[in-house]
Amino acid sequence: MIYYKWSIAVILVVALSLPVMAQEDNTSDMNSLFANMDVHGFYEIRSGYRTRKDKHEKDMSIMEQRLQIDLSSYLDWADFKIKGDIIGDLVEEQADFDLREAYIFMRPYDFMDLKVGRQTVTWGTGDLVFINDLFPKDWQSFFIGRDTEYLKAPSDAAKISLFSDLANLDIVYTPQFDSDRFISGERISYWNSNLGRLAGRDAIQHTDKPNHWFRDDEIAVRLYKNINNYEYALYGYHGYWKSPGGQNAAATKATFPDLNVYGVSVRGNVSRGIGNLEFGYYESDDDQSGTNGNINNSELRYLAGYSQEIGKDLTLGLQYYIEQIMDYNKHKNSMPSGLTRDEFRHLVTVRLTKLSMNQNLRCSLFTYFSPSDKDVYLRPNINYKVNDNLTIETGANIFFGDYPNTFFGQFQNNTNIYTALRYNF
Amino acid sequence: MKLLPILTIIFTFSAIVFGANDPNAYKKNIDVETIVNKANLMAYYQGNDGKAKVKMTITDKKGQSRIREFIILRKDIEDGGNQKYYVYFLKPADVRKMVFMVHKNADIEKDDDRWLYLPGLDLVKRIAASDKRTSFVGSDFLYEDVSGRNLAEDAHELIETTDKYYVIKNVPKKPDTVEFSYFNVSIDCNTFMPMKMEFYDKQNRLYRIIESQKVEAIEVKEGENIQKFPTVVKSVVSDLNTGSKTVMEFTDVKYNINLDDIFTERYLRRPPREAER
Repeated sequence: MIYYKWSIAVILVVALSLPVMAQEDNTSDMNSLFANMDVHGFYEIRSGYRTRKDKHEKDMSIMEQRLQIDLSSYLDWADFKIKGDIIGDLVEEQADFDLREAYIFMRPYDFMDLKVGRQTVTWGTGDLVFINDLFPKDWQSFFIGRDTEYLKAPSDAAKISLFSDLANLDIVYTPQFDSDRFISGERISYWNSNLGRLAGRDAIQHTDKPNHWFRDDEIAVRLYKNINNYEYALYGYHGYWKSPGGQNAAATKATFPDLNVYGVSVRGNVSRGIGNLEFGYYESDDDQSGTNGNINNSELRYLAGYSQEIGKDLTLGLQYYIEQIMDYNKHKNSMPSGLTRDEFRHLVTVRLTKLSMNQNLRCSLFTYFSPSDKDVYLRPNINYKVNDNLTIETGANIFFGDYPNTFFGQFQNNTNIYTALRYNF
Repeated sequence: MKLLPILTIIFTFSAIVFGANDPNAYKKNIDVETIVNKANLMAYYQGNDGKAKVKMTITDKKGQSRIREFIILRKDIEDGGNQKYYVYFLKPADVRKMVFMVHKNADIEKDDDRWLYLPGLDLVKRIAASDKRTSFVGSDFLYEDVSGRNLAEDAHELIETTDKYYVIKNVPKKPDTVEFSYFNVSIDCNTFMPMKMEFYDKQNRLYRIIESQKVEAIEVKEGENIQKFPTVVKSVVSDLNTGSKTVMEFTDVKYNINLDDIFTERYLRRPPREAER
């Protein structure tokens, strides 16, 4: 469903470049475009299984082959890039094409960069925790054990960057809302609060997604400045909850209510390591008062992080993250008992990364632990570079929880191990 | 009062006549701090800025080798002081277009600032940089070999002057922060280029050698004049403990290319033309 939009992105890029190219000497531009072309990519086989029986999902958590082709080229006035994956997926029993990037980049003035088309955008200071980064995420890929790179889903957007001595400004305009690739039940079983039980392929979440071009749009801005290598940033976002943030009155479809976010962050050297602080106010615009039980209340989100090298090629990263629901009493009153959330969700993350064998072997463990939800998500991973082209990898996604309805606890039956082989070219 | 100039002439004259018999005479008057300062400027600070394409070949004791290729851009804030480095990776394929950036702080109390840009995620990462004696991109070169060890970290002693080299012994002031007990550097008497570094472990056993195997004179325009900067274009490090060896070869070396301040987040996310083409 998400993939059909790739054609629109390609048309956009081509349409944008054609008029400019028409003014120039067409053939010589086309010639240099091909002469400057760089072709890269990888071929990957990845397979994984659930370690616990899940009656709502297949035993195979992932079973796919993937060929990524990455084409980049440039002319005097612009850079071009197209990157896409051809996937043979045995879990969904289908072949797919996922266009990851298709953009044109220009530096029209000394003070301006412009990037238009399908692109990945990331900002903010968190490590696998996002507050002010409201660009689409692919949680499904993340939980079934694809490369971490796939956690970021692309946006079809225009990014305008303005630079000055005073501060720098990024504006990302997405003409048609790009939601997360959220957990819908297709590949990952989840807690379905309407049914009051775990569900999966038997109850795939249907959505009513805003999809009108230029009306259901998103705008994200970041104003930032580096002062003595402390990086300060202010953020703003106007759009929608990226994963379903409510449901319609008949409770048949999940919805993406209006959302505005205002935030701030700072990052820099602290003692012998790197520290970061980030804050965001999530204003749930369709339910300002917090009385509508079918729409998420507004939230405050806080993050503090620190990372340091604690031994030779051994890095430790710690984060503390809090989500606070606003108008909590109204939330309690508007929800049937048993469906209320805690006012505060506390989350601790710990990252340990060790490099060895000339940095060809990377062992890492990323842990999410919520003392308030009483659940844990562990991401161990071992990655070995056999040679300059070939990488083998194995890892797991392990979920624990005391309750079936908490953020990570609901995914207990999705605990999986995976292994992969990738040839880069 | 006229005696002084006359005496000066006599002394100068005799110095020329008698000194001429000993071609190394001028070397004896140079003090160790001058040598290490000149060598530091020579190795890391030539020109105001510079660019090179670097190929690293890492060969382990079994003979298996891995290649790293990158473009390195450098700009000096002040000679012998702060510097900025920008490293744009070309090979291997899995790190292509990755960028590593360093703001080197000459202040010994202050860590360098390091960034990494991962293009697949569009992620700008800050890296904790407390230990400079860790491997640079998995090679036998350490971060400190690439961007220069702070002179203030060691006590310097001139232990030998040969026809060609000043040999300096460097003893760390904080021995517990490094894996060596001392290292000797052989510095070319004419160019002041460090030609060989030998590291001794805590048992005073030689275990690591860095050699400048090839030096070329690179032509540089300075206003109207054309100058020649001697430049190491092939450097080899051997780790005698692991049997591993890394060869670093420089091509396309340029100085004084008038780099703007490209050492910012803007250029991390999108490299400057100097790095790409």
